[in-house]
Amino acid sequence: MILSRKLTDSISSKWMLACLTFCLLLPVAIGTGLVFKSSSLLGSHKLSELILSEDWYPSDNQFGFWPFIITSVWVTVLALIISMPLCLLSSIYLTQFAPKWFLKFMRPVIDILAGIPSVVYGVWGLLVIVPFVGDKLSPLFNADSLGYSLLAGAIVLAVMSIPYILNMLLEVFRQIPVELGEASLSLGATKWETIKLVFLRKGSPGILSAFGLGFSKALGETIAVLMVIGNVVQIPQSVFDSGYTLPGLIANNYGEMMSIPSYDSALMFGALLLFVIIVIINIIFRYIIYKSELV
Amino acid sequence: MTFRRKYEEKFFRGLSFLFTAIIVFVLVQIIWTIAKKGIPSLSWQIISQEPKGGFYFGKEGGILNAIAGSFYLAVSATVLAFVISLPVALFMNVYLIRYQRLLIGIRFFLDVLWGVPSIVYGAFGFTLLMYLGFKNSLGAGIVTVAAMITPIMIRAMDEVLKTIPVGLQEASYALGSTKTETAYKVFFREALPGFATAILLAFGRGIGDAASVLFTAGYTDYIPHSFSEPTATLPLAIFFQLSSPIEEVQNRAYAAAVILTLIVLALSISARLLKPKK
Repeated sequence: MILSRKLTDSISSKWMLACLTFCLLLPVAIGTGLVFKSSSLLGSHKLSELILSEDWYPSDNQFGFWPFIITSVWVTVLALIISMPLCLLSSIYLTQFAPKWFLKFMRPVIDILAGIPSVVYGVWGLLVIVPFVGDKLSPLFNADSLGYSLLAGAIVLAVMSIPYILNMLLEVFRQIPVELGEASLSLGATKWETIKLVFLRKGSPGILSAFGLGFSKALGETIAVLMVIGNVVQIPQSVFDSGYTLPGLIANNYGEMMSIPSYDSALMFGALLLFVIIVIINIIFRYIIYKSELV
Repeated sequence: MTFRRKYEEKFFRGLSFLFTAIIVFVLVQIIWTIAKKGIPSLSWQIISQEPKGGFYFGKEGGILNAIAGSFYLAVSATVLAFVISLPVALFMNVYLIRYQRLLIGIRFFLDVLWGVPSIVYGAFGFTLLMYLGFKNSLGAGIVTVAAMITPIMIRAMDEVLKTIPVGLQEASYALGSTKTETAYKVFFREALPGFATAILLAFGRGIGDAASVLFTAGYTDYIPHSFSEPTATLPLAIFFQLSSPIEEVQNRAYAAAVILTLIVLALSISARLLKPKK
Protein backbone atom coordinates (compact mmCIF):
# COMPACT_ATOMS: atom_id res chain seq x y z
CA MET A 1 0.00 0.00 0.00
CA ILE A 2 2.66 2.45 1.06
CA LEU A 3 4.81 1.33 -1.83
CA SER A 4 2.13 2.01 -4.43
CA ARG A 5 1.43 5.44 -2.94
CA LYS A 6 5.12 6.25 -3.08
CA LEU A 7 5.26 5.00 -6.63
CA THR A 8 2.28 7.14 -7.67
CA ASP A 9 3.89 10.09 -5.98
CA SER A 10 7.18 9.67 -7.76
CA ILE A 11 5.62 9.05 -11.17
CA SER A 12 3.33 12.02 -10.83
CA SER A 13 6.17 14.29 -9.67
CA LYS A 14 8.21 13.31 -12.71
CA TRP A 15 5.24 13.97 -14.97
CA MET A 16 4.71 17.41 -13.43
CA LEU A 17 8.36 18.27 -13.87
CA ALA A 18 8.24 17.03 -17.46
CA CYS A 19 5.26 19.26 -18.23
CA LEU A 20 6.98 22.27 -16.67
CA THR A 21 10.15 21.62 -18.65
CA PHE A 22 8.09 21.31 -21.79
CA CYS A 23 6.48 24.70 -21.19
CA LEU A 24 9.81 26.33 -20.48
CA LEU A 25 11.35 24.82 -23.59
CA LEU A 26 8.50 25.88 -25.86
CA PRO A 27 9.76 29.42 -26.65
CA VAL A 28 13.27 28.05 -27.15
CA ALA A 29 11.81 25.58 -29.62
CA ILE A 30 9.85 28.36 -31.37
CA GLY A 31 13.00 30.46 -31.68
CA THR A 32 15.13 27.58 -32.91
CA GLY A 33 12.52 26.41 -35.38
CA LEU A 34 12.13 29.85 -36.90
CA VAL A 35 15.89 30.46 -37.03
CA PHE A 36 16.32 27.07 -38.66
CA LYS A 37 13.71 27.89 -41.30
CA SER A 38 15.00 31.38 -42.03
CA SER A 39 18.65 30.32 -42.09
CA SER A 40 18.64 29.75 -45.85
CA LEU A 41 17.52 33.35 -46.37
CA LEU A 42 20.01 34.66 -43.84
CA GLY A 43 22.73 32.73 -45.61
CA SER A 44 22.17 34.46 -48.94
CA HIS A 45 21.17 37.95 -47.73
CA LYS A 46 22.71 40.35 -45.26
CA LEU A 47 20.67 40.94 -42.11
CA SER A 48 20.96 44.73 -42.40
CA GLU A 49 19.81 44.55 -46.01
CA LEU A 50 16.80 42.40 -45.10
CA ILE A 51 15.67 44.78 -42.39
CA LEU A 52 16.47 48.15 -43.95
CA SER A 53 15.89 47.57 -47.66
CA GLU A 54 12.65 48.86 -49.21
CA ASP A 55 12.66 46.51 -52.17
CA TRP A 56 10.16 43.72 -51.82
CA TYR A 57 10.24 41.62 -54.99
CA PRO A 58 10.05 37.99 -53.89
CA SER A 59 10.18 36.66 -57.45
CA ASP A 60 13.49 38.53 -58.00
CA ASN A 61 14.81 37.18 -54.73
CA GLN A 62 14.73 40.65 -53.12
CA PHE A 63 13.34 40.72 -49.62
CA GLY A 64 13.32 44.11 -47.93
CA PHE A 65 11.24 44.11 -44.76
CA TRP A 66 11.43 47.85 -44.09
CA PRO A 67 7.97 48.79 -45.49
CA PHE A 68 6.34 46.12 -43.30
CA ILE A 69 8.26 47.06 -40.20
CA ILE A 70 7.59 50.77 -40.58
CA THR A 71 3.87 50.22 -41.26
CA SER A 72 3.54 47.90 -38.27
CA VAL A 73 5.24 50.42 -36.00
CA TRP A 74 3.19 53.34 -37.33
CA VAL A 75 -0.15 51.58 -36.94
CA THR A 76 0.73 50.47 -33.45
CA VAL A 77 1.96 53.91 -32.36
CA LEU A 78 -1.16 55.57 -33.78
CA ALA A 79 -3.35 53.01 -32.04
CA LEU A 80 -1.65 53.74 -28.74
CA ILE A 81 -2.01 57.50 -29.22
CA ILE A 82 -5.76 56.91 -29.52
CA SER A 83 -6.15 54.35 -26.75
CA MET A 84 -3.72 55.84 -24.20
CA PRO A 85 -5.77 58.85 -23.05
CA LEU A 86 -8.98 56.80 -23.23
CA CYS A 87 -7.58 54.07 -21.01
CA LEU A 88 -5.76 56.32 -18.59
CA LEU A 89 -8.66 58.68 -17.92
CA SER A 90 -11.30 55.98 -17.77
CA SER A 91 -9.20 53.92 -15.37
CA ILE A 92 -8.90 57.06 -13.21
CA TYR A 93 -12.63 57.61 -13.41
CA LEU A 94 -13.45 54.03 -12.55
CA THR A 95 -11.12 53.77 -9.57
CA GLN A 96 -11.36 57.32 -8.16
CA PHE A 97 -14.56 59.09 -9.12
CA ALA A 98 -17.12 56.47 -10.03
CA PRO A 99 -19.43 54.78 -7.55
CA LYS A 100 -18.58 51.14 -6.75
CA TRP A 101 -21.48 49.71 -8.73
CA PHE A 102 -20.23 51.39 -11.86
CA LEU A 103 -16.88 49.62 -11.68
CA LYS A 104 -18.80 46.37 -11.12
CA PHE A 105 -20.80 47.16 -14.24
CA MET A 106 -17.68 47.95 -16.25
CA ARG A 107 -15.84 44.70 -15.46
CA PRO A 108 -18.07 42.54 -17.68
CA VAL A 109 -17.93 45.23 -20.37
CA ILE A 110 -14.13 45.03 -20.37
CA ASP A 111 -14.27 41.22 -20.29
CA ILE A 112 -16.55 41.10 -23.31
CA LEU A 113 -14.37 43.55 -25.24
CA ALA A 114 -11.35 41.40 -24.41
CA GLY A 115 -13.14 38.25 -25.50
CA ILE A 116 -14.40 39.40 -28.90
CA PRO A 117 -12.32 37.54 -31.50
CA SER A 118 -10.02 39.59 -33.66
CA VAL A 119 -11.82 38.61 -36.86
CA VAL A 120 -15.05 40.10 -35.49
CA TYR A 121 -13.22 43.36 -34.81
CA GLY A 122 -12.11 43.13 -38.42
CA VAL A 123 -15.71 42.79 -39.62
CA TRP A 124 -16.69 45.77 -37.50
CA GLY A 125 -13.76 47.74 -38.88
CA LEU A 126 -14.84 46.97 -42.45
CA LEU A 127 -18.44 47.92 -41.80
CA VAL A 128 -17.95 51.03 -39.69
CA ILE A 129 -14.40 52.35 -39.54
CA VAL A 130 -13.33 51.97 -43.17
CA PRO A 131 -16.35 53.90 -44.55
CA PHE A 132 -16.01 56.44 -41.74
CA VAL A 133 -12.37 57.12 -42.56
CA GLY A 134 -12.95 57.02 -46.32
CA ASP A 135 -16.13 59.12 -46.57
CA LYS A 136 -16.05 61.37 -43.51
CA LEU A 137 -12.53 61.90 -42.26
CA SER A 138 -10.41 61.96 -45.41
CA PRO A 139 -12.41 64.72 -47.20
CA LEU A 140 -11.90 66.89 -44.11
CA PHE A 141 -8.16 66.68 -44.65
CA ASN A 142 -8.34 66.82 -48.44
CA ALA A 143 -6.92 63.33 -48.63
CA ASP A 144 -7.87 60.89 -51.31
CA SER A 145 -8.55 57.62 -49.57
CA LEU A 146 -10.83 54.62 -49.91
CA GLY A 147 -10.70 54.18 -46.18
CA TYR A 148 -8.39 51.19 -46.21
CA SER A 149 -5.65 53.03 -44.39
CA LEU A 150 -3.26 53.23 -41.49
CA LEU A 151 -5.82 55.28 -39.59
CA ALA A 152 -8.53 52.64 -39.99
CA GLY A 153 -6.11 49.97 -38.81
CA ALA A 154 -5.06 52.12 -35.90
CA ILE A 155 -8.64 52.80 -34.75
CA VAL A 156 -9.54 49.11 -34.84
CA LEU A 157 -6.32 48.24 -33.07
CA ALA A 158 -6.90 50.95 -30.46
CA VAL A 159 -10.32 49.51 -29.62
CA MET A 160 -8.86 46.01 -29.43
CA SER A 161 -6.09 47.07 -27.07
CA ILE A 162 -8.41 49.01 -24.72
CA PRO A 163 -9.52 46.05 -22.58
CA TYR A 164 -5.96 44.74 -22.30
CA ILE A 165 -4.45 48.08 -21.23
CA LEU A 166 -7.42 49.14 -19.11
CA ASN A 167 -7.32 45.95 -17.05
CA MET A 168 -3.65 46.51 -16.25
CA LEU A 169 -4.23 50.17 -15.37
CA LEU A 170 -7.12 49.29 -13.05
CA GLU A 171 -4.77 46.90 -11.28
CA VAL A 172 -2.10 49.64 -11.01
CA PHE A 173 -4.50 52.10 -9.37
CA ARG A 174 -5.93 49.42 -7.12
CA GLN A 175 -2.49 48.67 -5.71
CA ILE A 176 -1.72 52.26 -4.68
CA PRO A 177 -2.18 52.49 -0.90
CA VAL A 178 -5.26 54.45 0.19
CA GLU A 179 -3.29 56.27 2.91
CA LEU A 180 -1.23 58.01 0.26
CA GLY A 181 -4.32 59.63 -1.21
CA GLU A 182 -5.73 60.45 2.22
CA ALA A 183 -2.51 62.19 3.23
CA SER A 184 -2.66 64.33 0.12
CA LEU A 185 -6.36 65.15 0.60
CA SER A 186 -5.81 66.11 4.22
CA LEU A 187 -3.18 68.63 3.11
CA GLY A 188 -5.87 70.39 1.15
CA ALA A 189 -5.31 69.01 -2.34
CA THR A 190 -8.38 68.43 -4.47
CA LYS A 191 -9.21 64.96 -5.70
CA TRP A 192 -7.81 65.70 -9.14
CA GLU A 193 -4.62 67.22 -7.74
CA THR A 194 -4.16 64.11 -5.64
CA ILE A 195 -4.54 61.94 -8.71
CA LYS A 196 -2.26 64.13 -10.82
CA LEU A 197 0.51 64.69 -8.29
CA VAL A 198 0.40 61.53 -6.17
CA PHE A 199 -1.28 58.61 -7.92
CA LEU A 200 0.09 59.18 -11.41
CA ARG A 201 3.59 59.59 -10.00
CA LYS A 202 3.32 56.58 -7.72
CA GLY A 203 1.83 54.45 -10.47
CA SER A 204 4.11 55.63 -13.25
CA PRO A 205 6.13 52.38 -13.66
CA GLY A 206 2.90 50.40 -13.83
CA ILE A 207 1.30 52.84 -16.26
CA LEU A 208 4.37 52.83 -18.47
CA SER A 209 4.41 49.03 -18.48
CA ALA A 210 0.72 48.81 -19.30
CA PHE A 211 1.32 50.92 -22.39
CA GLY A 212 4.48 49.01 -23.29
CA LEU A 213 2.72 45.66 -23.07
CA GLY A 214 -0.23 47.11 -24.97
CA PHE A 215 2.22 48.12 -27.68
CA SER A 216 3.63 44.62 -27.98
CA LYS A 217 0.15 43.08 -27.99
CA ALA A 218 -0.97 45.43 -30.75
CA LEU A 219 2.18 44.87 -32.78
CA GLY A 220 1.44 41.18 -33.13
CA GLU A 221 -2.22 41.60 -34.02
CA THR A 222 -2.94 40.02 -37.36
CA ILE A 223 -6.34 39.42 -38.86
CA ALA A 224 -8.25 42.55 -37.82
CA VAL A 225 -5.56 44.91 -39.11
CA LEU A 226 -5.06 42.84 -42.24
CA MET A 227 -8.75 43.32 -43.08
CA VAL A 228 -8.81 47.11 -42.91
CA ILE A 229 -5.35 48.37 -43.79
CA GLY A 230 -5.41 47.76 -47.54
CA ASN A 231 -2.30 45.60 -47.86
CA VAL A 232 -0.20 47.63 -50.28
CA VAL A 233 3.56 47.19 -50.03
CA GLN A 234 4.75 50.77 -49.57
CA ILE A 235 6.09 53.18 -47.02
CA PRO A 236 2.98 55.13 -46.08
CA GLN A 237 3.31 58.92 -46.38
CA SER A 238 0.19 59.86 -44.42
CA VAL A 239 -2.28 58.20 -42.09
CA PHE A 240 -4.72 57.91 -45.01
CA ASP A 241 -2.35 55.74 -47.04
CA SER A 242 -2.61 51.98 -47.19
CA GLY A 243 0.10 49.83 -45.75
CA TYR A 244 1.03 46.23 -45.08
CA THR A 245 1.92 45.00 -41.60
CA LEU A 246 4.43 42.31 -40.77
CA PRO A 247 1.90 39.87 -39.29
CA GLY A 248 -0.41 40.59 -42.21
CA LEU A 249 2.37 39.69 -44.66
CA ILE A 250 2.89 36.34 -42.98
CA ALA A 251 -0.80 35.54 -42.83
CA ASN A 252 -1.66 36.62 -46.36
CA ASN A 253 1.00 34.80 -48.32
CA TYR A 254 1.13 31.35 -46.84
CA GLY A 255 -0.70 29.98 -49.86
CA GLU A 256 1.71 31.07 -52.54
CA MET A 257 4.92 30.87 -50.59
CA MET A 258 5.67 27.37 -51.81
CA SER A 259 5.86 28.45 -55.45
CA ILE A 260 8.62 31.06 -55.12
CA PRO A 261 12.08 29.99 -53.90
CA SER A 262 13.15 31.27 -50.45
CA TYR A 263 9.74 32.93 -50.03
CA ASP A 264 8.79 30.58 -47.21
CA SER A 265 12.15 31.23 -45.62
CA ALA A 266 11.49 34.99 -45.87
CA LEU A 267 8.07 34.69 -44.22
CA MET A 268 9.52 32.63 -41.40
CA PHE A 269 12.19 35.31 -41.02
CA GLY A 270 9.33 37.80 -40.68
CA ALA A 271 7.82 35.67 -37.93
CA LEU A 272 11.21 35.43 -36.23
CA LEU A 273 11.61 39.20 -36.37
CA LEU A 274 8.18 39.67 -34.79
CA PHE A 275 8.91 37.05 -32.14
CA VAL A 276 12.24 38.60 -31.14
CA ILE A 277 10.92 42.20 -31.01
CA ILE A 278 7.87 41.23 -28.96
CA VAL A 279 9.77 39.04 -26.53
CA ILE A 280 12.30 41.82 -25.91
CA ILE A 281 9.55 44.43 -25.30
CA ASN A 282 7.74 42.01 -23.01
CA ILE A 283 10.85 41.24 -20.99
CA ILE A 284 11.64 44.95 -20.49
CA PHE A 285 8.18 45.97 -19.30
CA ARG A 286 7.47 42.82 -17.28
CA TYR A 287 10.76 43.54 -15.53
CA ILE A 288 9.67 47.10 -14.76
CA ILE A 289 6.43 45.76 -13.27
CA TYR A 290 8.32 43.18 -11.25
CA LYS A 291 10.73 45.83 -9.90
CA SER A 292 7.94 48.26 -9.01
CA GLU A 293 6.04 45.55 -7.12
CA LEU A 294 9.09 44.89 -4.93
CA VAL A 295 9.28 48.44 -3.57
CA MET B 1 -6.45 80.30 -7.73
CA THR B 2 -9.23 78.39 -6.04
CA PHE B 3 -11.36 79.12 -9.08
CA ARG B 4 -8.86 77.43 -11.39
CA ARG B 5 -8.49 74.44 -9.08
CA LYS B 6 -12.20 73.97 -8.86
CA TYR B 7 -12.70 74.04 -12.60
CA GLU B 8 -9.70 71.84 -13.32
CA GLU B 9 -11.27 69.28 -11.01
CA LYS B 10 -14.65 69.59 -12.72
CA PHE B 11 -13.09 69.44 -16.18
CA PHE B 12 -11.14 66.26 -15.59
CA ARG B 13 -13.97 64.58 -13.75
CA GLY B 14 -16.17 65.28 -16.75
CA LEU B 15 -13.54 64.27 -19.29
CA SER B 16 -12.74 61.00 -17.58
CA PHE B 17 -16.43 60.17 -17.40
CA LEU B 18 -16.78 61.00 -21.08
CA PHE B 19 -13.92 58.66 -22.01
CA THR B 20 -15.40 55.84 -19.96
CA ALA B 21 -18.72 56.43 -21.69
CA ILE B 22 -16.96 56.25 -25.08
CA ILE B 23 -15.62 52.78 -24.23
CA VAL B 24 -19.09 51.54 -23.31
CA PHE B 25 -20.50 53.16 -26.44
CA VAL B 26 -17.91 51.44 -28.65
CA LEU B 27 -18.78 48.02 -27.23
CA VAL B 28 -22.49 48.62 -27.79
CA GLN B 29 -21.74 49.91 -31.28
CA ILE B 30 -19.71 46.81 -32.18
CA ILE B 31 -22.37 44.40 -30.99
CA TRP B 32 -25.13 46.45 -32.59
CA THR B 33 -23.32 46.57 -35.96
CA ILE B 34 -22.60 42.84 -35.99
CA ALA B 35 -26.13 42.00 -34.92
CA LYS B 36 -27.79 44.35 -37.43
CA LYS B 37 -25.75 43.00 -40.34
CA GLY B 38 -25.74 39.37 -39.34
CA ILE B 39 -29.10 38.52 -37.83
CA PRO B 40 -31.13 39.02 -41.06
CA SER B 41 -28.93 36.44 -42.80
CA LEU B 42 -29.04 34.01 -39.92
CA SER B 43 -31.14 30.98 -40.70
CA TRP B 44 -31.52 27.37 -39.69
CA GLN B 45 -30.00 26.37 -43.00
CA ILE B 46 -26.75 28.18 -42.22
CA ILE B 47 -26.32 26.48 -38.87
CA SER B 48 -27.39 23.01 -39.86
CA GLN B 49 -25.88 22.33 -43.30
CA GLU B 50 -22.49 21.83 -44.81
CA PRO B 51 -21.61 23.87 -47.91
CA LYS B 52 -23.21 22.43 -51.04
CA GLY B 53 -22.32 22.82 -54.72
CA GLY B 54 -21.94 26.48 -55.73
CA PHE B 55 -21.90 27.57 -52.09
CA TYR B 56 -19.21 30.14 -52.76
CA PHE B 57 -21.30 31.64 -55.53
CA GLY B 58 -24.18 32.25 -53.17
CA LYS B 59 -26.03 28.98 -53.60
CA GLU B 60 -27.37 26.49 -51.04
CA GLY B 61 -25.59 25.41 -47.91
CA GLY B 62 -24.43 26.51 -44.50
CA ILE B 63 -21.38 26.74 -42.32
CA LEU B 64 -21.88 23.67 -40.16
CA ASN B 65 -18.42 22.55 -41.27
CA ALA B 66 -16.87 25.62 -39.66
CA ILE B 67 -19.01 25.48 -36.50
CA ALA B 68 -18.27 21.80 -35.95
CA GLY B 69 -14.61 22.26 -36.90
CA SER B 70 -14.18 25.13 -34.48
CA PHE B 71 -15.74 23.15 -31.65
CA TYR B 72 -13.66 20.04 -32.34
CA LEU B 73 -10.55 22.15 -32.49
CA ALA B 74 -11.18 24.35 -29.47
CA VAL B 75 -12.47 21.53 -27.24
CA SER B 76 -9.56 19.21 -28.04
CA ALA B 77 -7.02 22.01 -27.71
CA THR B 78 -8.49 23.02 -24.35
CA VAL B 79 -8.39 19.42 -23.11
CA LEU B 80 -4.79 19.03 -24.27
CA ALA B 81 -3.79 22.35 -22.72
CA PHE B 82 -5.53 21.34 -19.49
CA VAL B 83 -3.60 18.07 -19.31
CA ILE B 84 -0.36 20.04 -19.51
CA SER B 85 -1.38 23.09 -17.47
CA LEU B 86 -2.82 21.31 -14.45
CA PRO B 87 0.41 19.48 -13.47
CA VAL B 88 2.47 22.61 -14.09
CA ALA B 89 0.24 24.89 -12.02
CA LEU B 90 0.06 22.32 -9.20
CA PHE B 91 3.79 21.70 -9.35
CA MET B 92 4.46 25.40 -9.02
CA ASN B 93 2.22 25.80 -6.00
CA VAL B 94 2.86 22.54 -4.15
CA TYR B 95 6.44 21.56 -4.91
CA LEU B 96 8.04 24.91 -5.58
CA ILE B 97 6.25 26.88 -2.87
CA ARG B 98 9.47 27.13 -0.83
CA TYR B 99 11.49 28.41 -3.81
CA GLN B 100 9.97 31.85 -4.23
CA ARG B 101 12.73 33.20 -6.45
CA LEU B 102 12.41 30.32 -8.89
CA LEU B 103 8.65 30.73 -8.82
CA ILE B 104 8.92 34.43 -9.67
CA GLY B 105 11.21 33.48 -12.56
CA ILE B 106 8.74 30.93 -13.93
CA ARG B 107 5.80 33.33 -13.64
CA PHE B 108 7.82 36.01 -15.38
CA PHE B 109 8.64 33.57 -18.16
CA LEU B 110 5.02 32.49 -18.61
CA ASP B 111 3.89 36.12 -18.74
CA VAL B 112 6.38 36.79 -21.50
CA LEU B 113 5.17 33.68 -23.32
CA TRP B 114 1.62 34.99 -23.04
CA GLY B 115 2.66 38.06 -25.02
CA VAL B 116 3.83 36.08 -28.06
CA PRO B 117 1.32 36.74 -30.85
CA SER B 118 -0.72 33.90 -32.27
CA ILE B 119 0.68 34.37 -35.78
CA VAL B 120 4.11 33.37 -34.44
CA TYR B 121 2.61 30.19 -32.97
CA GLY B 122 0.97 29.60 -36.33
CA ALA B 123 4.22 30.07 -38.21
CA PHE B 124 6.04 27.82 -35.78
CA GLY B 125 3.35 25.15 -36.02
CA PHE B 126 3.65 25.32 -39.77
CA THR B 127 7.45 24.95 -39.63
CA LEU B 128 7.09 21.92 -37.41
CA LEU B 129 4.50 20.48 -39.76
CA MET B 130 6.79 20.84 -42.77
CA TYR B 131 9.70 19.40 -40.84
CA LEU B 132 7.75 16.33 -39.77
CA GLY B 133 6.21 15.94 -43.20
CA PHE B 134 2.56 16.26 -42.18
CA LYS B 135 -0.20 18.11 -43.97
CA ASN B 136 -2.57 20.76 -42.67
CA SER B 137 -4.90 18.94 -40.35
CA LEU B 138 -7.20 19.10 -37.36
CA GLY B 139 -4.48 17.48 -35.25
CA ALA B 140 -1.87 20.08 -36.19
CA GLY B 141 -4.34 22.88 -35.47
CA ILE B 142 -5.13 21.38 -32.07
CA VAL B 143 -1.47 21.17 -31.10
CA THR B 144 -0.78 24.75 -32.21
CA VAL B 145 -3.79 26.23 -30.44
CA ALA B 146 -3.02 24.17 -27.33
CA ALA B 147 0.52 25.55 -27.28
CA MET B 148 -0.91 29.05 -27.59
CA ILE B 149 -3.46 28.77 -24.77
CA THR B 150 -1.32 26.76 -22.34
CA PRO B 151 0.53 29.77 -20.84
CA ILE B 152 -2.78 31.61 -20.42
CA MET B 153 -4.31 28.61 -18.67
CA ILE B 154 -1.32 28.00 -16.40
CA ARG B 155 -1.20 31.61 -15.26
CA ALA B 156 -4.96 31.73 -14.66
CA MET B 157 -4.82 28.49 -12.61
CA ASP B 158 -1.73 29.72 -10.81
CA GLU B 159 -3.56 32.89 -9.73
CA VAL B 160 -6.26 30.71 -8.17
CA LEU B 161 -3.84 28.30 -6.48
CA LYS B 162 -1.76 31.17 -5.13
CA THR B 163 -4.62 32.20 -2.85
CA ILE B 164 -4.78 28.81 -1.09
CA PRO B 165 -3.21 29.20 2.38
CA VAL B 166 -0.02 27.28 3.13
CA GLY B 167 -1.69 26.01 6.31
CA LEU B 168 -3.92 23.74 4.26
CA GLN B 169 -0.89 22.16 2.65
CA GLU B 170 0.79 21.65 6.02
CA ALA B 171 -2.37 20.11 7.47
CA SER B 172 -2.46 17.68 4.59
CA TYR B 173 1.16 16.66 5.13
CA ALA B 174 0.57 16.32 8.85
CA LEU B 175 -2.08 13.71 8.10
CA GLY B 176 0.52 11.70 6.20
CA SER B 177 -0.43 12.39 2.60
CA THR B 178 2.16 12.57 -0.13
CA LYS B 179 2.75 15.65 -2.22
CA THR B 180 0.80 14.19 -5.14
CA GLU B 181 -2.18 13.48 -2.93
CA THR B 182 -1.99 16.98 -1.49
CA ALA B 183 -1.84 18.43 -4.98
CA TYR B 184 -4.66 16.48 -6.59
CA LYS B 185 -6.97 15.84 -3.64
CA VAL B 186 -6.62 19.03 -1.64
CA PHE B 187 -5.41 21.80 -3.94
CA PHE B 188 -7.28 20.66 -7.01
CA ARG B 189 -10.58 20.39 -5.18
CA GLU B 190 -10.09 23.70 -3.43
CA ALA B 191 -9.35 25.53 -6.66
CA LEU B 192 -11.93 23.81 -8.88
CA PRO B 193 -14.37 26.74 -9.29
CA GLY B 194 -11.49 29.03 -10.25
CA PHE B 195 -10.24 26.45 -12.73
CA ALA B 196 -13.55 26.54 -14.55
CA THR B 197 -12.97 30.22 -15.24
CA ALA B 198 -9.44 29.52 -16.46
CA ILE B 199 -10.69 26.82 -18.82
CA LEU B 200 -13.47 28.98 -20.25
CA LEU B 201 -11.02 31.84 -20.76
CA ALA B 202 -8.61 29.61 -22.65
CA PHE B 203 -11.43 28.02 -24.64
CA GLY B 204 -12.67 31.44 -25.73
CA ARG B 205 -9.19 32.40 -26.84
CA GLY B 206 -8.86 29.15 -28.76
CA ILE B 207 -12.17 29.31 -30.60
CA GLY B 208 -11.76 32.93 -31.68
CA ASP B 209 -8.22 32.88 -32.94
CA ALA B 210 -7.65 32.88 -36.67
CA ALA B 211 -3.94 33.53 -37.14
CA SER B 212 -2.75 30.33 -35.47
CA VAL B 213 -5.02 27.99 -37.42
CA LEU B 214 -4.53 29.71 -40.75
CA PHE B 215 -1.35 27.73 -41.48
CA THR B 216 -2.01 24.62 -39.51
CA ALA B 217 -5.63 23.52 -39.67
CA GLY B 218 -6.28 24.29 -43.34
CA TYR B 219 -9.81 24.71 -44.64
CA THR B 220 -12.37 22.30 -46.03
CA ASP B 221 -16.06 22.09 -46.83
CA TYR B 222 -16.52 18.91 -44.83
CA ILE B 223 -16.74 18.08 -41.17
CA PRO B 224 -13.50 16.29 -40.27
CA HIS B 225 -13.72 12.64 -39.22
CA SER B 226 -10.16 12.16 -38.01
CA PHE B 227 -7.26 14.19 -36.70
CA SER B 228 -5.37 13.87 -39.97
CA GLU B 229 -8.06 15.63 -42.04
CA PRO B 230 -8.04 19.40 -42.50
CA THR B 231 -10.82 21.33 -40.84
CA ALA B 232 -12.69 24.59 -41.31
CA THR B 233 -12.93 27.05 -38.43
CA LEU B 234 -15.38 29.88 -37.77
CA PRO B 235 -12.89 32.77 -37.81
CA LEU B 236 -11.47 31.61 -41.13
CA ALA B 237 -14.97 31.01 -42.52
CA ILE B 238 -15.72 34.67 -41.75
CA PHE B 239 -12.42 35.86 -43.16
CA PHE B 240 -12.63 33.91 -46.43
CA GLN B 241 -16.32 34.55 -47.15
CA LEU B 242 -15.94 38.26 -46.47
CA SER B 243 -13.33 38.56 -49.22
CA SER B 244 -15.87 37.28 -51.76
CA PRO B 245 -17.43 39.88 -54.07
CA ILE B 246 -20.83 38.11 -53.99
CA GLU B 247 -23.31 39.60 -51.58
CA GLU B 248 -24.95 36.36 -50.41
CA VAL B 249 -21.57 34.95 -49.46
CA GLN B 250 -20.66 38.13 -47.61
CA ASN B 251 -23.96 38.02 -45.74
CA ARG B 252 -23.14 34.54 -44.58
CA ALA B 253 -19.84 35.87 -43.22
CA TYR B 254 -21.84 38.38 -41.15
CA ALA B 255 -24.10 35.59 -39.93
CA ALA B 256 -21.03 33.57 -38.98
CA ALA B 257 -19.70 36.60 -37.11
CA VAL B 258 -22.94 36.72 -35.10
CA ILE B 259 -22.59 33.04 -34.23
CA LEU B 260 -18.97 33.46 -33.15
CA THR B 261 -19.79 36.57 -31.10
CA LEU B 262 -22.68 34.76 -29.39
CA ILE B 263 -20.43 31.84 -28.48
CA VAL B 264 -17.80 34.16 -27.05
CA LEU B 265 -20.41 36.23 -25.17
CA ALA B 266 -21.86 33.08 -23.64
CA LEU B 267 -18.38 31.96 -22.57
CA SER B 268 -17.57 35.33 -21.09
CA ILE B 269 -20.82 35.52 -19.12
CA SER B 270 -20.58 31.98 -17.78
CA ALA B 271 -16.96 32.56 -16.77
CA ARG B 272 -18.12 35.57 -14.77
CA LEU B 273 -20.98 33.64 -13.15
CA LEU B 274 -18.68 30.77 -12.18
CA LYS B 275 -16.02 33.03 -10.72
CA PRO B 276 -15.83 32.45 -6.96
CA LYS B 277 -16.89 35.45 -4.88
CA LYS B 278 -14.08 36.97 -2.89
